Amino acid sequence: MSETMQFLLSGITVGAVYALVALGFTIIYNASDVVNFAQGEFVMLGGMITVFAHQAGLPLPLAALMAIVLTAAIGVAFNKLAIETARGAPVVSVIIITIGASIFIQGVAQIVFDKQLHRFPAISGDDPIKLLGATILPQSLWVIAGALVIFTGLFLFFTKTLLGRAVLATSNNRIAAQLVGININFVMTLSFALSAGIGALAGVLITPITLVSYQVGIAVALKGFASAMLGGMGNPKGALVGGLLLGLMESLTAGFISSQYKDAVAFVVILAVLFAMPQGLYGRKSMDRV
Amino acid sequence: MTLSSKQATLLVLVALMALSPLFFPSGYYYRIGSLIFVNGLAVTGIVILTGYAGQISLGHAGFAGIGAYACALMPPKFGVHPALAMVLGAALSGSVAYVVGRPILRLKGYYLAVASLGFGILVSMVLSNETALTGGPDGMKVPELGLRAVLNGWGLELTNPQFWYALSGLFLLVGAWLALNLYDSPSGRALRALHGSEVAASTVGIDVAAAKLNAFVISAIYASLAGSLLALQNRMVTPDVAGYMHSIEMVTMAVLGGSGSVLGAIFGAGILTLLPQVLTVFQQYEQVMLGLIMMLVMIFLRDGLLPSLASLMRGRGE
Repeated sequence: MSETMQFLLSGITVGAVYALVALGFTIIYNASDVVNFAQGEFVMLGGMITVFAHQAGLPLPLAALMAIVLTAAIGVAFNKLAIETARGAPVVSVIIITIGASIFIQGVAQIVFDKQLHRFPAISGDDPIKLLGATILPQSLWVIAGALVIFTGLFLFFTKTLLGRAVLATSNNRIAAQLVGININFVMTLSFALSAGIGALAGVLITPITLVSYQVGIAVALKGFASAMLGGMGNPKGALVGGLLLGLMESLTAGFISSQYKDAVAFVVILAVLFAMPQGLYGRKSMDRV
Repeated sequence: MTLSSKQATLLVLVALMALSPLFFPSGYYYRIGSLIFVNGLAVTGIVILTGYAGQISLGHAGFAGIGAYACALMPPKFGVHPALAMVLGAALSGSVAYVVGRPILRLKGYYLAVASLGFGILVSMVLSNETALTGGPDGMKVPELGLRAVLNGWGLELTNPQFWYALSGLFLLVGAWLALNLYDSPSGRALRALHGSEVAASTVGIDVAAAKLNAFVISAIYASLAGSLLALQNRMVTPDVAGYMHSIEMVTMAVLGGSGSVLGAIFGAGILTLLPQVLTVFQQYEQVMLGLIMMLVMIFLRDGLLPSLASLMRGRGE
């Protein structure tokens, strides 16, 4: 029983990270119809920049803030330089561009930083807290709290503010949004900054638990994508539910079936969702215009 | 008599293959040449899938892995000759592609990319986790093909690199010839039609699902044969052959040279195979270069290097 509880707790922690990454996918997908395969690199950058800024002598909160701001700037640059210039390109080309960006950012990271695994101290120390017969790291609570704050904040932003509604309008219909005077370019910039910043925050929060190296991005991106698809592409609520579900399935698989194949869960989920319910749990049914 | 573009492509290939060795300063260059041909063979399969039919796959290294491990596993386990193992591996890849392709190819764009990616990663995960069978991440030895000894017996003395240069070259030529023939055949036209518009293609009576599945199976067989050739040539194999990066490299080679043309794609395979050799001094920049090439080519030369150059030349000529 306490064993199961332990798996559930670690599943929720990992799931919260997947949910944040899935949210990042969702924001960019809604704004630009692009699935950004470089999403995981934002998480990696968040962790790596914090590590190296902290080593260079910055206090941890400042280092983390710098990582988030820098990553958001990289996201904006990626949008301006690659996504906007390639607007109207076939999907195959866009996929290759975002994968190229992911490989490029990894390559730069291994030159600018290094190839080692890194971590920095957890926010509230490493003494596990006892909870319902299992233990949980204080950092896990930070991860879960971070995800909750981000999801609530974005929910309010999208439903209560004019700017948030402008973003929603753009995702519904670009041209109509432009016609009513919404600055599409600004919405795109904002979306990439938000998405990259959220990714970086996820990286900052999870690094004390899972460590970070230049290579972690790809796996994170794929799992975030699996979560987004499970929840329904383009739906923030779906991202949250999908992320948590995937995290739980993964940690239960690792606990009860095979820890070697825990990474396979994400792909089995992707394939199962694609075949059984392509629109995901909360997604809209997609239609093709002829 | 004027040359058709098919004949011209094959002639260029034969000429390059036959003449290049005259300029090789050492035997090592045969090795690089045969690597280019092996990659070219895999990429020719991608041309059929992506260039003709417009479907993306980020998991074709999985089939290369099946082909490679067939040559490593079947001879010691079942006493099969390595050459037969290669054929059986290709048959297995084709069958797997048939089974997997059926549901996967219903998907489009991003979903197809991710589903195929997932398939490829599952294959490489099995290869590195089933240590008892595959030797795990360290890989395993591959038996000698034995064909060179036969040729030597007939008085055709070839060094090992020369032999593999010739054999891989032969495979690439046959592969390219078949792919070029496919282009103008009814099946090839069907693929190009559905690339343009699936709805339009189905209204003129093309079985879109079956045509896509054909392209997927054919390209899987190409990748499998390339994986087998690589394994037999290296005499060893590791799960990297089925890895994510290998799949990405295949697609990049195809789009770099021009996924719509066989010659272009082989050209792309050549460049990306040579790049690490030229950049050995800057080895840590390899990934940066690869990523940069992928982005720049897709943004500025969407049709790939060779077709873009060709249309530039034609534009000048008029």
